[in-house]
Amino acid sequence: MEPKRIAAPLTDDLVLSLKAGDNVLISGVIYTARDAAHKQLVELMDKGEPLPIDLTGQLIYYVGPTPAKPGQAIGSAGPTTSGRMDAYTPQMFEKGMKACIGKGLRSQAVKDAMQKHKGVYLAAVGGAGALLSKKIKKCEVVAYPELGAEAIHRLEVEDFPATVINDAYGNDLYAEGAKQYVR
Amino acid sequence: MREIAASVISDQVAGMCREANIYLGEDVFNALKESLETEESPTGKEVLKQLIENVEIAKNEQIPICQDTGFAVFFVKWGQEVHLTGGSLEDAIHEGVRRGYTEGYLRKSIVADPLYKRKNTGDNTPAVIYTDLVPGDKVTIAFAPKGGGSENMSTVRMLNPSDGEAGVIDFVVNHVKAAGPNPCPPIVVGVGIGGTFDKVALLAKKALFRSVGSKNPDEAFAALEKKILSKINDLGVGPQGFGGRTFALAVHIETFPSHIASMAAAVNINCHASRHLEREL
Repeated sequence: MEPKRIAAPLTDDLVLSLKAGDNVLISGVIYTARDAAHKQLVELMDKGEPLPIDLTGQLIYYVGPTPAKPGQAIGSAGPTTSGRMDAYTPQMFEKGMKACIGKGLRSQAVKDAMQKHKGVYLAAVGGAGALLSKKIKKCEVVAYPELGAEAIHRLEVEDFPATVINDAYGNDLYAEGAKQYVR
Repeated sequence: MREIAASVISDQVAGMCREANIYLGEDVFNALKESLETEESPTGKEVLKQLIENVEIAKNEQIPICQDTGFAVFFVKWGQEVHLTGGSLEDAIHEGVRRGYTEGYLRKSIVADPLYKRKNTGDNTPAVIYTDLVPGDKVTIAFAPKGGGSENMSTVRMLNPSDGEAGVIDFVVNHVKAAGPNPCPPIVVGVGIGGTFDKVALLAKKALFRSVGSKNPDEAFAALEKKILSKINDLGVGPQGFGGRTFALAVHIETFPSHIASMAAAVNINCHASRHLEREL
């Protein structure tokens, strides 16, 4: 099946058009955040303080890249395990995030939040850091520079490949995908 | 007595850190290419193609295969007729890791305090180092940058001797099934059987340093490796957990004698970027 080309940030209509199992190519602006940045963002939310980035419509990529070599936009940049972000993700959706990219299983609370707030969870191919780095054209740190690889980066991506795992309707590719090949 | 300078060890280690993270070993690369032939799922095939392309991009552009350039793990076999000059072995290895990770643009993924401050050490040290004194005048250094995502999906279980072969199979297969897509399949499964609580974990780690697809020298355990691999792939989890025939590339079992009351077992998982390198000095 041909991948769907989608633009980031995302609209509700676009999110609702995506189904578990769809392959997509993302172009536009996305942001990175992993464990340490999520912790700080959610602490600000709990205190009712403003966030360093507006999450409305945004796509958050769970990645901690390697340092860029001279002449590179970014170093290797594949997804990290998403489950570690589960504790923070429902609040991220509440604040307007529309999608996240990572790899691996999500909790029921995260899946419920996606149905409630019209969100999707995408997986990029874990361990394909070199290939994915070629799809990132520009990278700049926009918050928490002291976190190094874990800082929040603004990325400009072109045809960044990902697969829809959990859609806004409660479907789950990880649960469905294996059924066809189990023996 | 043969002498080796600490600086020689540091130079070797620095080079190994860069090399292992940029070039995937032929053993793993061949296993990936072979799995592309047998994979039935179109999505699974697409993932395998991306992984093969990823290895080629890393090589051509001299960038890491994966952004998780790992915890630096070393197994050193030190010939007892070799004298190390100009420093300690541990310091020499750490100096190599420091240089390899900094000069090689590799990610520094180690925090000093595991619980409270979690402040990055900034140079990917310390490494995890195991040293065996062996007869002779050779030194062998085996290195693996161990990714955190797959390491997190590892476990130890103190089975009962009565659990038998079926107990070991159930333990490994159920554990790997629960890990599902998290450790970046297709995975390599390191299994330890026997020894004590600590020893069995080490056996599972050592199993990941074996060339992918190599067999346990004992016929019965080689057969068990094959049986477990087949059961794991029959789960249908497939590449990246998207569904398919290739959940694991290999199962490697390492064993040690056991206490009469015990049958310790451990699973240590590696992702498809199963990086490992060995050099003899």
